[in-house]
Amino acid sequence: MKTWAILAQFDTPADLMHAASSTRDAGYRKFDCHSPFPIHGMDDAMGLKRSSVGFIVGVMAVIGATIGFVLQTWVATSAYPLVISGKPLFSWQAFIIITFALFVLFGAFGAVFGMFRLIRLPRWHHPLFYSEQFKVVTDDGFVLVIESDDAKFDENGTKEFLAAIGGKNIELVRGEG
Amino acid sequence: MNTTKHTAAPAVLEEAPLVQGGLTFGGITDKISGIVERPTPKLWWLLFGIALSGTLILAGAIGWLFYEGTGIWGLNNPVGWGWAIVNFVFWVGIGHAGTLISAILFLLRQKWRTAINRFAEAMTIVAVICAGIFPAIHVGRIWIVYYMFPLPNQMDMWPNFRSPLLWDVFAVGTYFTVSFLFWYVGLVPDLATFRDRAKTKIKKMVFGVMSLGWLGGNRQWRHYELAYLMLAGLATPLVLSVHSVVSTDFATSLIPGWHTTIFPPYFVAGAIFSGFGMVLTLAIIARKVFSLQNLITIDHLEKMNKIILVTGSMVGYAYIMEFFIAWYSGNIYEVFAFINRGFGNYAWAYWIMFLCNVITPQLFWFRKLRRSIVAMFTLSIFVNIGMWFERFVITVTSLSRDFLPSSWDYYSPTIWDIMTFVGSFGLFFTLFLLFLRFLPLIAMSEVKGVMPEADPHHHGHADTPAEGGAA
Repeated sequence: MKTWAILAQFDTPADLMHAASSTRDAGYRKFDCHSPFPIHGMDDAMGLKRSSVGFIVGVMAVIGATIGFVLQTWVATSAYPLVISGKPLFSWQAFIIITFALFVLFGAFGAVFGMFRLIRLPRWHHPLFYSEQFKVVTDDGFVLVIESDDAKFDENGTKEFLAAIGGKNIELVRGEG
Repeated sequence: MNTTKHTAAPAVLEEAPLVQGGLTFGGITDKISGIVERPTPKLWWLLFGIALSGTLILAGAIGWLFYEGTGIWGLNNPVGWGWAIVNFVFWVGIGHAGTLISAILFLLRQKWRTAINRFAEAMTIVAVICAGIFPAIHVGRIWIVYYMFPLPNQMDMWPNFRSPLLWDVFAVGTYFTVSFLFWYVGLVPDLATFRDRAKTKIKKMVFGVMSLGWLGGNRQWRHYELAYLMLAGLATPLVLSVHSVVSTDFATSLIPGWHTTIFPPYFVAGAIFSGFGMVLTLAIIARKVFSLQNLITIDHLEKMNKIILVTGSMVGYAYIMEFFIAWYSGNIYEVFAFINRGFGNYAWAYWIMFLCNVITPQLFWFRKLRRSIVAMFTLSIFVNIGMWFERFVITVTSLSRDFLPSSWDYYSPTIWDIMTFVGSFGLFFTLFLLFLRFLPLIAMSEVKGVMPEADPHHHGHADTPAEGGAA
């Protein structure tokens, strides 16, 4: 199996964040910092832009609200007109609640499914799962992973680099991404 | 002299740490995962057995209802809404605390929420499941319950979107879906922890599938965090709207005592009040049974008690304001409806409600009682009882004494009403106990994230995780 990545452990969130900026400054692009919880400031350290989930949520929410309002208007005025207490068929005030509910519902779908799309989950397998020590990431470990696809990647050079910035338990991960 | 001056503490209030007892990141993982990994305690089996019996009672009562019809309940004319609607509003209300804790307190950056949000959210989902049963079985002809949904059909028939009852279908349906998604998204990193700790093949597979392949990389976290924030932002107006919509079931009708504009905010405050009562009841038990005193500290409980005090006072204000407005309106039916509440056929229920919701929560003005487990447990039970009675008072008192004295009647539940209600508690606890047994009851990744050690600008004391301690 080909080498997929090299990983190294760090002791604290602060160490991992310093390591992230060093890695970025060294010219690596395909790397990730794994931690049991999100670390504030990590996006800047890794040079990542703001997530686009918000945009997806906005678009989905507007779609939901539109579906809600148009469906109710169509049903009330054309598909099944009912006169209730002599009120106008197009009584838009009464449609606001369901419009709002669908705004929220579609927005939430956008947030959850959009997010999973962006992080490419669900997937049942990943080369990192071959590594026993990678399991610390969901417990109390802080792990930096540099992928072999990176233009600057070079097995020995990258290993030395990780050791130089303070990485411990450096491990070669093999597998097919 | 000089040294004293320099070392004197600055004038800021130091809050006690959220996680006590010197727990490390790994310690939290072990503590929470350990609850699930240990062999099932006997106490759990006992409680589960009781709860499951309750669920069977519910199934039996519903089965008979489907066979025989809503005539088995104590409903009469004019009281067409009895315990089923009372229970519906009660259970939906309970759910609101979970969303308040998970969404509103998240937006307000209340870090203490992390210790209680997971099981409060689970409580929300379970409570909404219990709630959803009641309007569904109340339709009478259960086989056409799907008429509630706007499904194209061969009769070209559509629901009436101007009816608050249909708004409920959408509001509660959306509420359940969004709460479930919010809860599950929060669970994913913790399920990954379970996956990585799993010893048996089955557990590895189950948690592997459930955790969706979570890697905990920052390239995942950055999207995850924003999605979580978005969900909180969407859930916040949603939770405020759900009980407002429930209140419109009453408020848009013309029945005296129902037809009031105070209902939406009053219902929302009552919902949060009742939900916190239930969260507190469950939290105190869970904290004791699983020894979580270091994670759910007395400070957490005190903060919840303060919310109970605030929302309880809002509810009390609403009760009194209803009376004032009834008098001020000059409408004789409205005036009668309220005099009848306090002194009429169901006065006993009114005063139970008033005692439990308005008077006893005021005891939380005393710090000593806010920090006493016995006091707060007792008061939380009072809140649960009082809020059930509130819905009973609103629903039944108003209906039993409507406009025409010739149509008045007294409503009493039958054994089937009681069995359905008791059974809904059985279902609630069955599902909640399953959650406690198989899923992380405290959000591990979130609790770790609010510890001082998690801040990359934290400058370690001697007690930060030792070298290599991560391995």
